[in-house]
Amino acid sequence: MHPAFSIILFTTLSGLGYGLAAVLGLGLLDASTLSVKLAHLGALAMIAGGLLSSTLHLGNPQRAWRALSQWRSSWLSREGVMAIATFLPLMVSTWFAVVEGRYLPVVGLIGSVMCGITVYCTAMIYASLRSIQAWNTGLTPLCYLLFAAAGGLLLATVGAFVSGSGATVCAILALILVAVAWIAKHAWWNRLRTLVPLSTPESATGLGNIGHVRLFERPHINDNYLTREMGFKVARKHALKLSRLAILVGGVAPIVLLLMAIFAGGAAAVPAAVLAALCYALGLVVERWLFFAEARHAVMNYYGG
Amino acid sequence: MTSLPSLPTPKKLGLVIDLDVCVGCHACVISCKEWNTGGYGAALSDQDPYGAEVSGTFLNRIHTFEVVPEGGQVIGEAGEARIVHFPKSCLHCEDAPCVTVCPTGASYKRAEDGIVLVDESKCIGCGLCAWSCAYGAREMDLAAGVMKKCTLCVDRVYNETLKEIDRVPSCVRTCPANARHYGDLADPGSEVSRMVAERGGYDLMPEQGTRPTNKYLPPRPRKPLAASAGSAVLAENTDGAKGFFAWLDGMLDRI
Repeated sequence: MHPAFSIILFTTLSGLGYGLAAVLGLGLLDASTLSVKLAHLGALAMIAGGLLSSTLHLGNPQRAWRALSQWRSSWLSREGVMAIATFLPLMVSTWFAVVEGRYLPVVGLIGSVMCGITVYCTAMIYASLRSIQAWNTGLTPLCYLLFAAAGGLLLATVGAFVSGSGATVCAILALILVAVAWIAKHAWWNRLRTLVPLSTPESATGLGNIGHVRLFERPHINDNYLTREMGFKVARKHALKLSRLAILVGGVAPIVLLLMAIFAGGAAAVPAAVLAALCYALGLVVERWLFFAEARHAVMNYYGG
Repeated sequence: MTSLPSLPTPKKLGLVIDLDVCVGCHACVISCKEWNTGGYGAALSDQDPYGAEVSGTFLNRIHTFEVVPEGGQVIGEAGEARIVHFPKSCLHCEDAPCVTVCPTGASYKRAEDGIVLVDESKCIGCGLCAWSCAYGAREMDLAAGVMKKCTLCVDRVYNETLKEIDRVPSCVRTCPANARHYGDLADPGSEVSRMVAERGGYDLMPEQGTRPTNKYLPPRPRKPLAASAGSAVLAENTDGAKGFFAWLDGMLDRI
């Protein structure tokens, strides 16, 4: 699948935003501190930015409101509905944190749960597609949820180290979640690399009972919408290297940096935590790029890819 | 409404495509584009139509496959490899994932005849339906920003201003080899249903769980090339030569 920049940006940013908002909703941090107030605003900005970037790839964005209507059948529609509904508790929480410096447990918890549901809906847009076998697994929403939670905890850890309260607990939780998220992703990659293709040129043409089927001529010489959208391929060697790089930058580096922050403490903790969050975000972008680039669409059985 | 019709549709209008007959002339591709660029919904645009990077929206495309029986050599035993031209357009699936994934209700399956259509005034051009289709039946029109797909020429098949013989999809009407057939696959007595029963018509990628309406008829078994070549084409064999050629053969042998 073609890794569209707007979609990579959307899933990464909104994932981090929802993760941070969910962690803030749990009330682990002191809502009266400046860094937590900024974190609330930052989470909303990331979510809004992600949603806006997701409309960039639409052919007719002026009708985007229609996407809220088909929640009965469509995960994309469900995601849209949930994204907007989740804004309500998040706005209330942000208002009380920023203006009054207070944490509202009930609204906060409702917000956290809704953040989780929204991220789940995002993941299910991909996981529900049978035509893209790489995504069609329960591991896909699991990874999305864990990555969002780990990212949220990492960002919250930065805020906690800045404000100086609750930092150790936050950092330890972040450390655990980062590790668990990449373990889940490792399982996702293992599944992908040992996958027996559901559909083959033989099943796509129904000619398998005659013999081995090979594309002889495409319908045309140049690319079309389908080959551009679904035909993106990345060499296996390349993908393996990149996935290891993602684990190293997005997983190992943040864990080491968090450990340094916990044990060093004091002034060194803040830059270490910031660096951990940046590394994690970078690793996540690579992971998201691979998520699309590595996925093979069944239609490529008709295009020799 | 992007939920699928709850009951099986009373009619299942669709195509039966005969892979034994298709000669790969692409006439159906052209007639499809010609009819549908002026018919239902937005025109089928081309990008860079006279340039090197020409590309455009098509609802029907012909792929060509080479099928080699296991153990056969692609070149060495060319007689055993065969070329199959493979027309492909929307299969109007019963369990159409392109319909259920649509967030806006633009994509729908008609309850009366099972035709899958896009209401372009509702389409936001997100492309998710094209992602969900394993068959590549949907293409985004880059000029209009809406999803285009085969309409089974819904503006022809019910069009009483056309002569009855023309009330079939454009690709069916135009096929010079008669490889494409249109009809009601829910009616076991229809011509298309009988064809499917007789020839062992099958679904593409049944493992995708989409239950396509369109069916494909397999190529008929073919005798080996050597068997139909006979002795005539083999230059070193003069058995059976008569008259002047027998004399010439004999003379040339003696020289």
